[in-house]
Amino acid sequence: MIDKRVPDLSAAVAPIHDGAAVMIGGFGSSGIPMGLIHALLDRGARGLTVISNNAGAGEVGISALLREGLVSKVVCSYPRTPGSIWFERRYEAGEVELEVVPQGTLAERIRAAGAGLGGFLTPTAYGTLLAEGKETRVIDGIGYVLEPPLPADFALVRGEAGDRWGNVRYHATARNFNPVMAMAARHTIAEVRTLSDTPLDPHSVVTPGIFVHAIVEHGERP
Amino acid sequence: MMRLTEDQIAARLAADIPDSAYVNLGIGLPNRVAQHVPEGREVFYQTENGLLGVGPAPLPGQEDPELIDASKKLVTTLPGAAFFDQAESFAIMRGGHLNIAVLGAYQVAQNGDLANWATLDDKHPPAVGGAMDLVAGVPQILVIMRHTDRAGEPKLLERCTYPLTGAGVVNRVYTDLGVFAVTPDGFRVVELAAGNSLDEVQAETGARLLA
Repeated sequence: MIDKRVPDLSAAVAPIHDGAAVMIGGFGSSGIPMGLIHALLDRGARGLTVISNNAGAGEVGISALLREGLVSKVVCSYPRTPGSIWFERRYEAGEVELEVVPQGTLAERIRAAGAGLGGFLTPTAYGTLLAEGKETRVIDGIGYVLEPPLPADFALVRGEAGDRWGNVRYHATARNFNPVMAMAARHTIAEVRTLSDTPLDPHSVVTPGIFVHAIVEHGERP
Repeated sequence: MMRLTEDQIAARLAADIPDSAYVNLGIGLPNRVAQHVPEGREVFYQTENGLLGVGPAPLPGQEDPELIDASKKLVTTLPGAAFFDQAESFAIMRGGHLNIAVLGAYQVAQNGDLANWATLDDKHPPAVGGAMDLVAGVPQILVIMRHTDRAGEPKLLERCTYPLTGAGVVNRVYTDLGVFAVTPDGFRVVELAAGNSLDEVQAETGARLLA
């Protein structure tokens, strides 16, 4: 029988080890797996590489991981959101490495990892600082940059509803990076607002359960 | 000098957005353009975090914390709206499906080069977001910005001094002093804000303006 449910948040993050590369879904304040992040904070795994669109804000979520010194590298498109105090402090002190990736390239590199691709050619960033040192091609007069896939050890994603098979559906703009990240990690952990014993309507499933390894209910909305 | 307010610049730009256009608005001043689209036009806004058909701010009591735009502001959906994930959202942007993107800028050069993601200040981390994807894939790039920076230095230049977001990508620039088209010969004045002469505006511009 397939049953990916785990009893609680701390059991869900127990496999996350020091030095792991961890994808974290969310954009701004929506679709962030806040319960899983705070369980990871309690677990205290160190030397993490965090792959996410933003670098957190305030004293919660990714910002709290940075505050506690658990993060050694951030891969993101937009670290400079209002309230990203802990990222800025760690960055200014040289305590965290930053890789800035254009948002669409970030999403597609993650998707490529999940889809078994060796990379892709994108016109994004061609001729800019972010393409320096990268292989380029000109096809039909348009310049492209070769971008590699971006996999991870773990993905933490947040959905609206899930079932024991690991299927997840999302609410509104909380979908964002969650579906592509779910595909791209060796071990994907989904936090859902409601976890049901009955299967989700297959029409409504956005992340098929095959991509999810553990699923846990966390009713609080961030 | 007579200077347009930010809302006046946004309204001037909005007048150039045709009916039925699919448009992406950047964070900050570009976001205000949505409030000024003339009556009778149906314009569909995309927000890159995963929504096409962005509606106005919700009424009190109807806020949905998981329904936000790229500025992280609470929004609503319009009839005909759709949600999608990041990979699909950037396929919309990079794949040439939108008609217009409206962006802010630190600098624009007379050849259409755009700089809007990083300064030369090492202390502050650079933040690119979706800007490079938009300029790579959207056919019409409209810039909305103040004509000069806080120190009074020109932002319309012969060449950008900040790192580029994209080379030769800008079509038009809307500022508090007028509207300027990027042409093979440089910046052409489409119109000047009422009350200013070409010489006065030229004095605040770092590239030659063509009448």
